[in-house]
Amino acid sequence: MQYLLLIYGNESHWDKKDAGERDRVLEEYGAFTQSVAKSGHLRGANELDTTSKATTVRIRDGKRLITDGPFAETKEQLGGYYLVEAKDLDEAIGIAARIPSVRWGSIEVRPIIPHEIPS
Amino acid sequence: MNTEQIAIDKIYREESGRILATLIRLLGSFDLAEEATQEAFAAALEQWPHQGTPMNPRAWLVSTGRNKAVDLLRRRARFENKREELQRLAAIEEQLALDPEDGVLIGEIETLSDPMQRDDRLRLIFTCCHPALMLEAQVALTLRTLCGLATDEIAKAFLVPTPTMARRLVRAKAKIRDARIPYRVPPKEELRDRLAAVTLVVYLVFNEGYNAASGDVMIRRELCAEAIRLGRLLWELLPREAETGGLLALMLLHDSRRDARMNGDEEIVLLEEQNRSLWKQEQIREGLALTETALRSAPPGPYSVQAAIAAVHARAKSAEETDWAQIAALYDVLLRLQPSPVIELNRAVAVAMVRGASEGIRLLNELELKGELRGYYLLPAARGDFSRRLNQWVAAADAYRQALSLVSNDAERRFLVKRLAEAESKME
Repeated sequence: MQYLLLIYGNESHWDKKDAGERDRVLEEYGAFTQSVAKSGHLRGANELDTTSKATTVRIRDGKRLITDGPFAETKEQLGGYYLVEAKDLDEAIGIAARIPSVRWGSIEVRPIIPHEIPS
Repeated sequence: MNTEQIAIDKIYREESGRILATLIRLLGSFDLAEEATQEAFAAALEQWPHQGTPMNPRAWLVSTGRNKAVDLLRRRARFENKREELQRLAAIEEQLALDPEDGVLIGEIETLSDPMQRDDRLRLIFTCCHPALMLEAQVALTLRTLCGLATDEIAKAFLVPTPTMARRLVRAKAKIRDARIPYRVPPKEELRDRLAAVTLVVYLVFNEGYNAASGDVMIRRELCAEAIRLGRLLWELLPREAETGGLLALMLLHDSRRDARMNGDEEIVLLEEQNRSLWKQEQIREGLALTETALRSAPPGPYSVQAAIAAVHARAKSAEETDWAQIAALYDVLLRLQPSPVIELNRAVAVAMVRGASEGIRLLNELELKGELRGYYLLPAARGDFSRRLNQWVAAADAYRQALSLVSNDAERRFLVKRLAEAESKME
């Protein structure tokens, strides 16, 4: 059975770490990723860019509402995801706007920071 | 300053936005393009006094800017081994190899039949005003890149500390870069909505200059001037969109009253009391012509209708000759396009001029019942004005007191204090 492991952390804490600490954490992640790949558990992994790069898409009354920033509704909860390739943000937004839930919920469009992730 | 320096200064003021816009397209980076623009102008200051001003200054500056950028990238790639710099360098050099004639260089891609693709400033303004950016960031980035305002000037205009404004700009550019907001004029299906975002930014800049709560008079005038410049650019590049003409008309007509709005003591002069000989007639003529054109493009949008309202005022030789019935009718049209309690309030004021202050009070009561204008000082201020016209001094004093508890603008406050004093002195 598959599980999605969602990583939450305080962005400003990460910003305050010095380069040495960050490199150590990245090394740990690298080692962990290798290990779950080797053990056959890994199906996919990505680092998301920060919330300052996020865009939220909604459609209400047939009108597209695009706002800067992550989704932040207290009454909505994470329900699913799509990982897509798109040439730019407009294309990604265009795809997001076709997800059925966009009409009553919110779709957050977050860029992915490319890393070498073993498949 | 010698003639070359004067020429360069003029070109900087008139063209640096356009040069920046082209360099952003060629270099794929806002920051790199900004550096390249500065270096290009520095090179011009150095070389033109000796070589003379080139035949096509803009092309020279763009070409020089691109070369300076290549130098910068090479240096950085070498010393810091930055992969990003190397990639960008490769992209630029590939572009140069594909297009040795530099046909794309001067931002006038004549072979493209679509006029909207020709001017890089359109790409720039649509990118700056992308909805994925916060509205304040859209405004700041537009002023910085298209208008060439310095960060501290923008900070002063919007009453935030300079470091805050600097961070806002850095964050916006980082988002454009890392989320890959495309540098382009939006496709036809999206153009109307995206243009609405752009005109909103221009309108906000104008209003900030026109209605600013406090702050430097010079900066406020600069904002209005920049907004009008942007409005002209939009209208020039997108003349068939009715709202670009309407927006420009609206700004020109409001701005034409600039010199009559405040008296020598920094006090507000109401429209009906303004010295109309101080209104700028040439600007009014231009605004009226634009309004007419905009209204003929069916269907007119909110800016065009607001311009039409301003036009009625502009045409009146005196306050008494104002056609308030037409203004009230135009507010009816505007309300259908853009229902809003503030516009309903403005309509009530116009109706009161036609049907009397009692009718005005009746409309205000209705508005108050709806509860949407709570905390908005102009509602009790209007009530004060209507009561004053009916010689109902107790009601007027009450209303002015309420307005004073809500007002934040110094000049408006002083005006209300005067009215309150008058009402209190006339109470029995």
